[in-house]
Amino acid sequence: MSAVLHRLWIPPAAPLPWLAATLAAYLIGRAVQRRCGVAYASPVLIAIIVIAAVLVATGTPYATYFAGAWFIHFLLGPATVALAIPLARNLHHVRRSLPGTGLALLAGSATSIVSGVAIVWLLGGTRMVALSMAPKAATTPIAMAVSQEIGGLPALTAAFAILGGIVAAIAGERTLQQMRIDDRRSQGLAAGVAGSGIAAAQVAGRGELAAAFAALGIGFNGLLTALLVPLLALLWW
Amino acid sequence: MVAAMVGLLGCELAGELLRQAFHLPVPGAVVGMFLLAGTLVAVNRKRPPEAMAVPPALRRAADALIGHMGLLFVPAGVGVIAEADLLRQQWLPILAAVLGSTVLGLAVTGLVMSRVTRLVEKRRSAEAPRAVPHASLAGLCRKQARS
Repeated sequence: MSAVLHRLWIPPAAPLPWLAATLAAYLIGRAVQRRCGVAYASPVLIAIIVIAAVLVATGTPYATYFAGAWFIHFLLGPATVALAIPLARNLHHVRRSLPGTGLALLAGSATSIVSGVAIVWLLGGTRMVALSMAPKAATTPIAMAVSQEIGGLPALTAAFAILGGIVAAIAGERTLQQMRIDDRRSQGLAAGVAGSGIAAAQVAGRGELAAAFAALGIGFNGLLTALLVPLLALLWW
Repeated sequence: MVAAMVGLLGCELAGELLRQAFHLPVPGAVVGMFLLAGTLVAVNRKRPPEAMAVPPALRRAADALIGHMGLLFVPAGVGVIAEADLLRQQWLPILAAVLGSTVLGLAVTGLVMSRVTRLVEKRRSAEAPRAVPHASLAGLCRKQARS
């Protein structure tokens, strides 16, 4: 029995256990989300916690796990490219309300980047944390790629991006209501820019216009973050 | 499915090549995303924007990848356990920055969008008062009510 178990960790079978574990953890996360019925019981966060607990309990180094789960990670590239389709499909919304959408995207994207870095700095965080914080409002695959590019820690950025999305999903509606912003386009765009996929999923329940502007916010904030953060990193840090 | 994957991977590869050739600071997959978006817009330029044609296989592959995107960042996300010390030492700046900058980004985006859109729509209705008299009237009333 132990010989059989041992052979599982030798190529070509080596990726199988952690590949299966990652898929299973994600399924658990989705089941929990369905049971709770809220968008911000993030299946990603739950899956990360489950896998992390298993790794700590079994004393498995992260590198061993990642070597197995690498195949899933690899699909982030094509998935990022695939975001082109919702982006292209919603492009005409920008053209129709160009000044507002363009200015709001620029202002929101710059605010997220600069305020994130500034708060880390003011409270005595390290450069590494500030660099990992800078791109966190972008959709997670772009945020991670940008973080890698500028010398941050992609894993940290992924965690920040997911937490930020949950914060935006929970606090977004109330914040905007208190500011008397009741326009669906503004609500959708704000959710997409600040909270990417997680907040967008929540705002999408408020109608197609909100969903379209949320998709727009995700796509263009991804673009702006990918352009602005490396530029700012070159200039400042 | 295979053709769709070739298309997506091809865009990523082209993006990566462009990135390396021109020393772009933007990740290759993001460059690939804009290559694909540009191609889709160029191919569909004679169609109304609502009827954008995307090859069905490509759309299916993209929907599958985007629909389960959450799964794809689990392996990298688990990497935070390697940074447990860092999280323990800097939990305050991290928590404050995630909370603060998310709410700020949300508020600024929503505020700029709603104010500028309202301004532009008011001006548009003022330029064509006969076409939409109600809109300009409503704008005037709102202005008086505020002042």
